[in-house]
Amino acid sequence: MLGILRLSAMTSVLITVGIIIALLRPAIDFFREVPLLDFLTGTSWRPNLEPMSFGVLPLVAGTGMTTLVGLMIAVPFGLGAAMYLSEYASTSTRRRLKPTLELLAGVPSVVYGFFALQFITPTVLTGWFGLQVGFTNALAAGIVLGVMIIPTIASLSEDAMSAVPHALRQGSLAMGANRMQTTLRVVVPAAISGISAAIVLGLSRAVGETMIVALASGGRPNLTVDPREGMQTMTGFIAQTAGGENPVGSVSYNTLFAVGLLLFAITLLINILSIRLVRRFREVY
Amino acid sequence: MSATTYDAGLPQRRARGHEYNPASLVFLAALWLSLALGIVFLLTLIVTTAIDGAGRFDSELLTNYDSTLFPETAGLRAAFFGSLWLMLGTALMAVPMGIAAAVYLEEFADSTRWYNRLIEVNLQNLAAVPSVIYGMLAVAVAGLLGSATTNIVIVGSLALALLILPVIIISTREAVRAVPRDIREGSLALGATPLQTTWKQVLPSAIPGISTGTILALSRAIGEAAPLLLLGVGTILFTPNGFLSGFQAMPVQIYGWTSESQDEYKVAAAAGIILLMAMVLLLNGVAIFIRNRFQRRW
Repeated sequence: MLGILRLSAMTSVLITVGIIIALLRPAIDFFREVPLLDFLTGTSWRPNLEPMSFGVLPLVAGTGMTTLVGLMIAVPFGLGAAMYLSEYASTSTRRRLKPTLELLAGVPSVVYGFFALQFITPTVLTGWFGLQVGFTNALAAGIVLGVMIIPTIASLSEDAMSAVPHALRQGSLAMGANRMQTTLRVVVPAAISGISAAIVLGLSRAVGETMIVALASGGRPNLTVDPREGMQTMTGFIAQTAGGENPVGSVSYNTLFAVGLLLFAITLLINILSIRLVRRFREVY
Repeated sequence: MSATTYDAGLPQRRARGHEYNPASLVFLAALWLSLALGIVFLLTLIVTTAIDGAGRFDSELLTNYDSTLFPETAGLRAAFFGSLWLMLGTALMAVPMGIAAAVYLEEFADSTRWYNRLIEVNLQNLAAVPSVIYGMLAVAVAGLLGSATTNIVIVGSLALALLILPVIIISTREAVRAVPRDIREGSLALGATPLQTTWKQVLPSAIPGISTGTILALSRAIGEAAPLLLLGVGTILFTPNGFLSGFQAMPVQIYGWTSESQDEYKVAAAAGIILLMAMVLLLNGVAIFIRNRFQRRW
């Protein structure tokens, strides 16, 4: 019986090993034909048109742009919501508002993608703000991506802030600081380890999110700094290419796994960073 | 009488004035705005999509198959039943294994052993792996088992089960950890073995927490399209009827329709979203109900 339980727990390690093998085998075939350096530093991504070239930077730029826009939305609004829930809201308000906010994280991402394409781009960006944006653009995808990760950042930061002992707040209030000063200068610095871990987790969600960018960020690799243009992302490329015909062993099939491997490596690095951040800044009360 | 109340109130008012200076008010307003943004966004999403899709939200949606010729009557019968089969398969694979792993880690694992620490770190990492990667894993596993066709229910269920396994393990561990030590010690003192204690005392007490976490994980799985795209899931013109049957899934169908250029497909996608959102919200509602109604506070 205990053996079965231990085996189940070990399965999670098997999954990781499985992922690495599943990605590496086709990726190694890919890198036999395309040198690793050309892949990582090339600025032109044309995997299925002659002349083919496999420089992944345009896809990385797309992922970077949508993620950056997403974090610019999610960090301020997520932290704002967390500060309100932790420092201002009454217990009953918090009990009602937190699950409502967490519903945002439960909305399927394909629904967000539809909303970005059908509402954010035509009504909000073009209509309300009068921006000249493409039908698909990195800006709309990034904004929706940001809203999707607000609950991740808000919920984890709120946990971190609620864990700050009351004595610290009372000390601050007793010295004559008001609630705003106490929140910004005592509670937030004391909870910084949890808050930074929350932001880094949000970052890795944004990098790995697929359906929003596949629908709303466009299908054309585009190395640009203008978020109003369409930019294909790493995950977007995988989703859009996987839908077509890719016989096992073909170059287009292996290309999927090479990009997948890069994506996996990036999120793994971000996650290791997050674990280190928590260890480094952890305050023990 | 009234004079004394006034006097007593005065210093307190001064203190409150300090609390409500302009900077503090602007700050509080900003916090309110942050919270409101998410909620307004969610409401706008639901309302605008419902308006877009209302015209097609009828019985045809569930009786018709997808159609390339008649977008105005295209339905998602195959996708709806495909998603139901997919959920059944996912739950059968992920729930027992997730609970077993969580119980082992929480009740029996010696956390000083290197392999148990490896499992801990590994779980944290797995929870952050992009969902699309799990599709690639499922393709590889199917290949290993000798199945060249990957667009069948059982392979789709496998991809989703692997995806939500870390989520189920993490939430089950929290539920098991919340059961107080006294219960375990009481059971052990009466002569029960550790396994009996876990099976007859700890697990029953943790059921509400476990079900809440499991239902939320399944509600995440039902909306996942990315890993299924890797399996080559696409339009089919029959109703999926078993684990080895080919399938279409609701989120993949919605993705397909949204990517089409004709407006009729966009309307069909919106109608599909209403149905999918209803299912997701229902699952979330059930989870919250169980948490509020049955969860014991020790």
